[in-house]
Amino acid sequence: MINPNKYRLRRTMMFLNCQKPSLIKDPYIYKPDSVMLDLEDAVAEREKDAARYSLYHALKELDYRGVEKVVRINGIDTGLWKEDIRCAVAGGCDSIRIPKTEYPRDVKMVEEAVAEAEREFGRPEGSVLLMAALESARGVMNAVDICDCSERLFGIALSGGDYSKDIQANISGTGIEFMGARQHMIIAARAAKVQCFDTVWTDLDDMHGFRKEVEMIHAMGFDGKSIVNPRQIPIVHEVYTPKEKDIIFAEKVIREIDDKKAKGIGVFTVDGKMIDIAFYDGAKRTIALAKASGVYKGDL
Amino acid sequence: MKNAVLREIPEEILKITGKEPFRGNHYMDGKEIEHTGVKVRAHMNNTESKLVKDIHEALVKCNAHDGMTVSFHHHFREGDLIVNMVMEEIHKMGFKDITICASSLGKAHDPLVPMIEDGTITRIESSGVRGKIGEAISAGKLKGLAIMRSHGGRVRAIETGESHIDIAFIGSPTSDDYGNLRGIGGKADCGVLSYAIVDGDYADYCVAITDCLVPYPNFPAHISQTKIDYVCVVDEIGIPSKIATGAAKPTTDQRKLLMAQYCTQVVVNTPWFRDGFSYQTGVGGASIASTKYLGEIMRERNIRMGFGVGGLTKDMCKLLEDGMANVLLDVQDFDLDAVHSLRNVNHHRIAAGVYADPLNKGAVVNKLDYVVLASLEVDVHFNCNVVVGSDGVITGAQGGHPDTAQGAKCAIVICPLLQGRIPAICTDVTTVTTPGESIDVVVTDYGVAVNPARPDILEALEKADCVPLKTIEELRDIAYSIVGEPEKVEFDDRIVGIIEARDGTIMDVVRKTKPYVL
Repeated sequence: MINPNKYRLRRTMMFLNCQKPSLIKDPYIYKPDSVMLDLEDAVAEREKDAARYSLYHALKELDYRGVEKVVRINGIDTGLWKEDIRCAVAGGCDSIRIPKTEYPRDVKMVEEAVAEAEREFGRPEGSVLLMAALESARGVMNAVDICDCSERLFGIALSGGDYSKDIQANISGTGIEFMGARQHMIIAARAAKVQCFDTVWTDLDDMHGFRKEVEMIHAMGFDGKSIVNPRQIPIVHEVYTPKEKDIIFAEKVIREIDDKKAKGIGVFTVDGKMIDIAFYDGAKRTIALAKASGVYKGDL
Repeated sequence: MKNAVLREIPEEILKITGKEPFRGNHYMDGKEIEHTGVKVRAHMNNTESKLVKDIHEALVKCNAHDGMTVSFHHHFREGDLIVNMVMEEIHKMGFKDITICASSLGKAHDPLVPMIEDGTITRIESSGVRGKIGEAISAGKLKGLAIMRSHGGRVRAIETGESHIDIAFIGSPTSDDYGNLRGIGGKADCGVLSYAIVDGDYADYCVAITDCLVPYPNFPAHISQTKIDYVCVVDEIGIPSKIATGAAKPTTDQRKLLMAQYCTQVVVNTPWFRDGFSYQTGVGGASIASTKYLGEIMRERNIRMGFGVGGLTKDMCKLLEDGMANVLLDVQDFDLDAVHSLRNVNHHRIAAGVYADPLNKGAVVNKLDYVVLASLEVDVHFNCNVVVGSDGVITGAQGGHPDTAQGAKCAIVICPLLQGRIPAICTDVTTVTTPGESIDVVVTDYGVAVNPARPDILEALEKADCVPLKTIEELRDIAYSIVGEPEKVEFDDRIVGIIEARDGTIMDVVRKTKPYVL
């Protein structure tokens, strides 16, 4: 059975350093869709065990009020990742983010360790989902195979910092260095029917540039974006909130398709536009997003 | 005896102070009050100079003596040099048993602690104290009682003679040789002298201290020559960078911005938000952000503020400049933009008594629609504590908190649910400084609670569905679920201070802290 959370709404995934209890104690007040509780890069080498301790107790004791709890483990090239998984699964995380994923086998290794931890701590099999961060040219080139390799995998995310180094480009602020990866990853993710997330924007003084980038990745089809500061959340959610005319149109499309299907009509027009069944899923997605954004109170 | 906010006020304190326990906000409403008489020495000699060569000479001429009360204002905030300079001279001259009656004291006055320890200063009356003086009082080093009273309460106490000032020392950015004082035009401008006006009116002697002597007449005077006995010129009265700083950089702390948004939503969705409404706010990051958000909505809906009051900052002055506020009434300036804004003909200086005195014929605070305040703690009875830290040590000031909260139709307190590991929303505040009956709405990062005594506000906010509404008990429970219920702070039996209500009754007492033992 597919984990019902696999396709949940993930417009914003906010990175939080597990080394800082004050950050992980109540991030839900900012209303991100997911929090990314980080055991990897943000945590100093000598603080890894302390970060795990804070993470475990936060997951165990705190109510994150419906916000998805994703844990970024240390890389599978370190000696830390297995214990990270045990702590995260024992604490009650929803998902694990695998850093530096390059091959399907990386995902399979983590999947195995997660399954083992689920058994060890008495959690239902398949309750913990996975996502893969692609941080190298190799990872991006293998995107479709990575997306296809595990039922648990809900999506892939571009990790721009490492990726740009790997392809020997600088981060320009224009996004030109990520063009190929973004386009390739979104196609791969859609081919495999998983989600796709964009990399972080780190210049907090340039909120205009941030908004531009969010508008671009939204237009490209990304499901959401990694976030480094709560200030960025309202902007992403605003961009991802369907506009009133789109909601009205989607509502009409769904109602008309339901009606015409019953009458055996395949193609028809709504507001002068030719509509067929191919529009159905898109319209449903618009209504789901509108509901999640609090702008749709209809009965669909 | 338990007072109206259920605080135990010991009989001995009622006896020593001659005061009554707090009996509710409207206990004194309509009662007749007698103001004390004023002593004035006539200055008829047209060859006389009011200039004295130094503080020492001023003290001698003003008949300084053991047991006297000296007063100060706090317009120079943390840049103040006057209090220390005067007290050092008093100390040097060997006077003992001095009462300081200040509109407020801060960390700038840490050097007074040795004078508390050696018995030079034995009583303090102030809006509150920060820094080492607070620690000294809480440790029981002050021989007499510290009386913490609001800005309005101080005016009342002086007017009724409860607080009798022997010598007032009024620092002034400019003065002429005959004592016309202005808060501008000098080296250390503070804009207004509002808190010192009552000192000028009622003190036996008034000494102006300035570092910028200007030609006579220094007009229009903010405090007139008719109130001033002597003028003393010194090198420096204050540190400008600590008096009126550049405008604070807008906060980027999302938690504060979130609370500011909730606060703005409360304002714009309650019935008093209409053209001509009145508003006061503080200087914290969330308060300033609230003013900014509010300004945006005012522009969108074309709603103008009738008048703003403060404690003013750049953002309020910008509303005046942009034509979004008709008038500003000013008792203190927190940044240089506010000082410069005083050039605007609709930016008016007002005296502290006009602002907040509870027992005159009606203060400005009574005409406020909204006030946005902060608090160290708020309890489930909506009582606020803005003076005593959760560790029991005196660390803040009442300022105009109780005055504006009582006066405004909608008093909003912004308070993060947790201050570090301390729950700011709790079952009982450490010390009550503003009674719950004055507080209408509490805004936290976890949601907004409305005082059940204000069903009208609750109904308006429910209807607008604009903020996450919680009960105050729910907020307390969330706080306790995260950091646990803290153990009560342990105090010694000795009472070191009293929190005076606006009307002069006793709101609460502050006890000596017990040293913390692990």
